[in-house]
Amino acid sequence: MAEEYAIEMLNITKRFPGIVANDNITLQLKKGEIHALLGENGAGKSTLMSVLFGLYQAEEGIIKKDGREVKIMDPNDANALGIGMVHQHFKLVQCFTVLDNIILGVETTKHGILQKDEARKKVMALSDKYGLKVDPDAKIEDITVGMQQRTEILKMLYRDNEILIFDEPTAVLTPAEIDELMQIMKNLAAEGKSILFISHKLQEIIMVADRCTVLRRGKYIATVNVPESTGKELSSMMVGRDVKLVADKEDKTPGDVILKVENMTVASRLHNNNAVKNVSFEVRESEIVCIAGIDGNGQTELIYGLSGLEPIVSGKITLSGKDISRASVRERSRAGMSHIPEDRHKHGLILDYSLAYNMVLQRYFEPQFRSGMGFLKRKEIFSYADKLIEQYDVRSGQGAATRVRSMSGGNQQKAIIARELDKDPKLLLAVQPTRGLDVGAIEYIHSQLIAQRDEGHAVLLVSLELEEVLSISDRILVMYEGEIVGELDPKKTKRDELGLYMAGAKRQSPGEMNTSGGEPGGNR
Amino acid sequence: METGKKSILENEGFLAILSALLCIAAGLLVGYIVLLIINPAGGTEAIITILKNYMTYPSKPAALKYLGSTLVKTAPLLMCALSIQFCYQAGLFNIGAAGQYVAGAGAALYGALALGLPWYVCTLMAMAAGALFGCIVGFLKAYCNVNEVISGIMLNWIGLYLVNMLLSGVKEVASPYTITINSTNPSALLPSLGLEALFSNNKYVTIAVPLSVLIAILLWILLNKTVFGYEITATGLNKDAARYCGMREKKNLILTLIIGGMLAGLGAAFLYLSGYEQWQTTASSVPVMGFNGIAATFLGGLNPIGTIFSSYFIQHITSGGSYLDKGVYPSQISDLISAIIIYLCSFVLFFKTFIRGRAAARKERTREVKAS
Repeated sequence: MAEEYAIEMLNITKRFPGIVANDNITLQLKKGEIHALLGENGAGKSTLMSVLFGLYQAEEGIIKKDGREVKIMDPNDANALGIGMVHQHFKLVQCFTVLDNIILGVETTKHGILQKDEARKKVMALSDKYGLKVDPDAKIEDITVGMQQRTEILKMLYRDNEILIFDEPTAVLTPAEIDELMQIMKNLAAEGKSILFISHKLQEIIMVADRCTVLRRGKYIATVNVPESTGKELSSMMVGRDVKLVADKEDKTPGDVILKVENMTVASRLHNNNAVKNVSFEVRESEIVCIAGIDGNGQTELIYGLSGLEPIVSGKITLSGKDISRASVRERSRAGMSHIPEDRHKHGLILDYSLAYNMVLQRYFEPQFRSGMGFLKRKEIFSYADKLIEQYDVRSGQGAATRVRSMSGGNQQKAIIARELDKDPKLLLAVQPTRGLDVGAIEYIHSQLIAQRDEGHAVLLVSLELEEVLSISDRILVMYEGEIVGELDPKKTKRDELGLYMAGAKRQSPGEMNTSGGEPGGNR
Repeated sequence: METGKKSILENEGFLAILSALLCIAAGLLVGYIVLLIINPAGGTEAIITILKNYMTYPSKPAALKYLGSTLVKTAPLLMCALSIQFCYQAGLFNIGAAGQYVAGAGAALYGALALGLPWYVCTLMAMAAGALFGCIVGFLKAYCNVNEVISGIMLNWIGLYLVNMLLSGVKEVASPYTITINSTNPSALLPSLGLEALFSNNKYVTIAVPLSVLIAILLWILLNKTVFGYEITATGLNKDAARYCGMREKKNLILTLIIGGMLAGLGAAFLYLSGYEQWQTTASSVPVMGFNGIAATFLGGLNPIGTIFSSYFIQHITSGGSYLDKGVYPSQISDLISAIIIYLCSFVLFFKTFIRGRAAARKERTREVKAS
């Protein structure tokens, strides 16, 4: 081989007004290697990739392809150099077939008429060569997320891209699909493709990557050989200090039943079927019950039904002995339910309100914050917000007066958590509370959830992250197609087994499940 | 020192005024060009006429009198603008303000002319009629998910023809116009409390003028200082979050449109109960007052206080436009200018948001970098 590196980004510096997003970063991608790019949110990964894609121009530094310096002025240049990317959110046309999506933009035509046969041959050959199983005639909207991703990969291969960038590719996949993807990536690398793998999941990096470049706050930290490194080492490089990868928690004995759900059914907003089908379970004091499952198996609707955002079709919900099946959102909230919503921008925050106004979103109507005449007590609201900001270490530009939109995702989430926990809830619904956050923030949120449990509150956690499910829950309920298909003890459950339940390959009979959380066999 | 030096561009009020002035300047410039195209010789004179409005009268009393007339028409415009602004705060585009205004006019005039009621009852009837129209739109939106723009526009026409029918019983024999309040039921005229003396005895200047300004201020307080305003604004900014924290969005939505309707209806009472205009029962287009309110709202930076000034400005150039030589210029020229201003407003609003977003994000990032 004449040149060792497929792509070199040497001493890249990219400044935005007031900030250096990339400060003298060097990334060298060897031919045929899988190179991970690791860093927290805001570490500069996206900026670096945008520079590589020609979306931004670096102020300093050069890019070399196969040892020759190249100028990448726009994404077309990047394509011409054989650089392809699988985005975190797929760029596929939903109502087109897999084949149509793959050839979109580079169609072969004859006198202006599409010639798909040749394309089909090439796609199928690629599919066989790399083990990318797809049905070329299926429509995108009908196929699994895993197959959609394989379509995206085929798109890059069809364009003869040599350098493949995977941006957080595993976020949407099931454990089995993740394993499959890892294998595909290894196959691709073995065939001489060079892969850049952007991720903050250490375990996957250790599984698949050859080398790893770590960024932190726009600075280059190190490039390490992954086989010679440990997860702990990588994570402390990423965060800049030691972090606990597994949350510490002591055993607790669950107390009284706080939430009791009996035969709850919730309609789907998307289709005519019910999204949650006849589900029953309990959550007790001092326990974290986790609803595990792949995205879109009814978890969202389950929480909507519990929180009152959507009416339930049938069934009964009891909170500390009080029937709240038909209660309004406000009544449930007043009865002791807190809710960290799945989508913090859609539900959790009013982005154009100040931080202070967001902090009182659940209690602005209390006498503490409103006068008898219906006026807001601005001073009290701000001093209350200041207290929460201090207590939960929420960082923002101008304190309580900061517009929430300008805050970082982690601090926005902290603000929601501060607001919801300060209500001192009996039951906390936490839906993917760590989604999109960096390791430091995740650690913080996990410790807060555990603290809630230790104080005797009930926590119902919905999570898509297996590691999270296994490390902080006391009991796991697996949801598959709107039903609870298994109840598992995190201490006795392996990752693979949980994956089988999540994928619907395995399920317990109702008798095996003991969704009340008492001792096995100790049914009342 | 925590926030560091604050750029003048971060000052909300300054930005809003700056963008409004930019719009006005650009709008006038384009209007001027159009005037020049129509009549190259008299274009300059024409734009000056529009801008001078009542000041074209050389004598001070005459100018004052016509300033009064501009103010008389500013009051209803301001009310329509406030109606739209209030609903916009809750995320609703109340294009139905025009119809609510029509309903208010019908109720006020019917009360005054057919039932012989005093002004305060007529005013309340106008507000109730406007509220009813708003309420219909609100119900359709809340319970049938009908877009408020569609139902609003349809109600505008329903309102127009209903009012034409209703008032055809109290019209002059020889003309399509309603009989004058002055000759039929002077008790229905809004009191002036001596205000006319300030405007060279322009008898149409009534309490409507100061009242409309007062209402704008009260509305500002309602939106910014009260729990109700907090909920309305929250619903407007993010209705999913409003639902999430248990605000009764349907109730708020209907209530918002009822208040919006009341404001527009009150605007109609302010004009027709001053006796300044008579209703034309053969009218085949919805009065423009409600639509001009949209312009005033946006030019006013979606702020009740700003709307006071923008309403005046739009009415000023509309009145000024009427002094143009109708033989040379179409009467819509002032509408054209305000339309251009509104078009530009949306752009400036975009730039304003953009500049502000960039400034805030930059500040936040610098801070985080420093913190590390």
